[in-house]
Amino acid sequence: MAFVSSGYNPDKPMENRITDIGPRKYDQFYPPFIAKNKGKWLYHEILEPGVLMHVAESGDKVYTVRCGTARLMSVSLIREMCDIADKYCQGFLRFTTRSNVEFMTDNADTLKALKADLAGRKFSAGSNKFPVGGTGAGITNIIHTQGWVHCHTPATDASGPVKAVMDEVFADFQAHRMPAPLRISLACCINMCGAVHCSDIGLVGIHRKPPMIDHEWADRLCEIPLAVSACPTAAVRPTKVDYKGEKHNSIAIKNERCMYCGNCYTMCPALPISDGEGDGVAIMVGGKVSNRISMPKFSKVVVAYIPNETPRWPTLTKTVKHIVEVYAANANKYERLGEWAERIGWERFFSLTGLTFTHHLIDDFREPAYYTWRQSTQFKF
Amino acid sequence: MAKHATPKLDQLESGPWPSFVSDIKWEAENRAKNADKVNYQIPVDCPADLLGVLELSYNDGETHWKHGGIVGVFGYGGGVIGRYCDQPQAFPGVAHFHTVRVNQPAAKYYSSEFLRQICDLWDMRGSGLTNMHGSTGDIVLLGTQTAQLEEIFFELTHKYNTDLGGSGSNLRTPESCLGTSRCEYACYDTQDVCYQLTLDYQDELHRPAFPYKFKFKFDGCPNGCVAAIARSDFSVIGTWKDDIKIDQAAVKGYVGGEFAPNAGAHSGRDWGKFDIQAEVVDLCPTKCMKWDGSKLSINNRECTRCMHCINTMPRALHIGDERGASILVGAKAPVLDGAQMGSLLVPFIEVNQPYDEIKEVIEKIWDWWMEDGKNRERLGETIRRLSFQRLLEVTEIAPQAVHVKEPRHNPYIFWKEEEVPGGFDRDIEAYRTRHQR
Repeated sequence: MAFVSSGYNPDKPMENRITDIGPRKYDQFYPPFIAKNKGKWLYHEILEPGVLMHVAESGDKVYTVRCGTARLMSVSLIREMCDIADKYCQGFLRFTTRSNVEFMTDNADTLKALKADLAGRKFSAGSNKFPVGGTGAGITNIIHTQGWVHCHTPATDASGPVKAVMDEVFADFQAHRMPAPLRISLACCINMCGAVHCSDIGLVGIHRKPPMIDHEWADRLCEIPLAVSACPTAAVRPTKVDYKGEKHNSIAIKNERCMYCGNCYTMCPALPISDGEGDGVAIMVGGKVSNRISMPKFSKVVVAYIPNETPRWPTLTKTVKHIVEVYAANANKYERLGEWAERIGWERFFSLTGLTFTHHLIDDFREPAYYTWRQSTQFKF
Repeated sequence: MAKHATPKLDQLESGPWPSFVSDIKWEAENRAKNADKVNYQIPVDCPADLLGVLELSYNDGETHWKHGGIVGVFGYGGGVIGRYCDQPQAFPGVAHFHTVRVNQPAAKYYSSEFLRQICDLWDMRGSGLTNMHGSTGDIVLLGTQTAQLEEIFFELTHKYNTDLGGSGSNLRTPESCLGTSRCEYACYDTQDVCYQLTLDYQDELHRPAFPYKFKFKFDGCPNGCVAAIARSDFSVIGTWKDDIKIDQAAVKGYVGGEFAPNAGAHSGRDWGKFDIQAEVVDLCPTKCMKWDGSKLSINNRECTRCMHCINTMPRALHIGDERGASILVGAKAPVLDGAQMGSLLVPFIEVNQPYDEIKEVIEKIWDWWMEDGKNRERLGETIRRLSFQRLLEVTEIAPQAVHVKEPRHNPYIFWKEEEVPGGFDRDIEAYRTRHQR
């Protein structure tokens, strides 16, 4: 493992330095049939789940095969994608916002061969490398975050629960049986690096215990005033403590004011918050980002807490699957999950799903809470 | 033989969905074999150690990654996320495991040639593991050591003509939907604005000067495929001003069952014969459409461009020709004061190169937010603290009824002194001549 220089000279970091060049320009990576028809598309059709056809004014037809990925992927897998792109797609491919990979061709015969090829590619233990699907009124890939794989603040893993949930709803990744598109997202803490807060079903890692305080280290590891000002509920204050016979500048936390957001830990590593017993996942439903029919909506918390049942999160996956099935059985065509819940009323959502309504689900955070209570005699028994 | 036993993770190898565990194991094997004689610059077994430390988290339900760490490349304040394992003795391969964010090409089209170059670089100088892509849109190269950072940056810029993305209190890597490149709904060239503004604001992207992160996202139409409205401080969402174009013959094609509604999105269930009255006209949120049995008409003045009719009959209905975008500002995830969605600031703006009109709005917002925003305060929070009116003032945009869903619920108006005749300085003595104490 001898060090190999790239050409960079650490003694003269500015020598030949290239900076601020930005990304490669997008049009270097257009397949010819995309470059030719850009801005001149007439319409599209989903030929079958996961296979799109875009028709241009020129009469050209472009076929897209969309495949799910785990988002976390090795260079070995990316190279395999490149091989596929070289063989069938003139050396080009693209990824979607939701971490699907798309292979495109303008030839119907190539499309057939491509689909057959993709179907046969499996990981050694049997899971699909390139499952085709994720279109239309089905369930597409789960937007998610890093979790225990690489993050310092998570309350749950991301890749594991995503794998478990996608296995559970896999048939609907490859079908169009839902009333409308159903978007599931997962964020491993309430920082929400993914847009979980506007998803049909959002899974959010939550902490449930206030941070611990590492008194010996607080003043050495942190700017204590930053930790204090990071707290949205004024639960954190500076204090002096006697610890193991020594006086320390440290931090005190009012447990009853803590909402377990972890923002103080982000500012101060001496306030670790994660806890194997306390941490878990909340389920939020009914959000959307599209402006179609109704305006975009936030997701609402309908299950306050599910423990981290590694490795396959059975309670979480069962609950998600159940919500999906009740929605599929009851919503009207074109109705997103949140539109359905609003039409029937949230009280009916709880009675139909059988989910238990508990005090945790009544908003008590800041002024917007009031607007979620019921200022009306209109309700369903 | 795997380096660490991972009985829990092994259970994530079954089932149909792609298994990240199988993929990491595959990478671990490939590195151990090293068929291509790669001169690995960080420990060969880091994928195996990553599985080991992840298994530990699966046993104790807690992460084993420490708080950040200031690492990066010379002259940049973002693009690299420092990461250290809190069990380095047990998992030395991932003791240091920094993330490199590489700015993705807009809308994530790639040539296999470019992707292979990134793979070769990351194979040799990193863990061989990636995220395609991070939530903001970057290519995320997952795990390397400090000594490799300048080398990686040098190769990216010199050999592959590409740059790092954003992190920290910077402009974050902008992202767009695929726009006009492959979508008939796109109202402007999302990729081009995204690319151009990324280039124009390289300094803001690489050198933190903001109160907190700032995100641009570009959606080509109100369907919102990159979720700009939910997660970007500055969302540019395509729209149009004139009439939806109707092809009456194609409308009849849908009514007669010749074309599948909604481009075939509902093919998995028998929803019955397509009913244009029930499925399009009655679901229109403004009830601005009519179907008389042979002709579809739209009162376009009442249309709010929700896309439902166009999505449902994409062969028959097309977006108008007077195209541009709406700008919404202030979206963010819940931390800290609750989630916010973007609020409409500019109802309509033309989107033409070199995008000076859009940049003018951006720069007015930045001037204000950099001056008045608090440390770690997202734009949406600054607007809530200092008022939407203030935002309108600093952007020099006239208040319009479209800025609100409904007018205010209270009369506690912050009148400006110049709006009130005589101003706020009053004479108490004169008042007392009219009113006894």
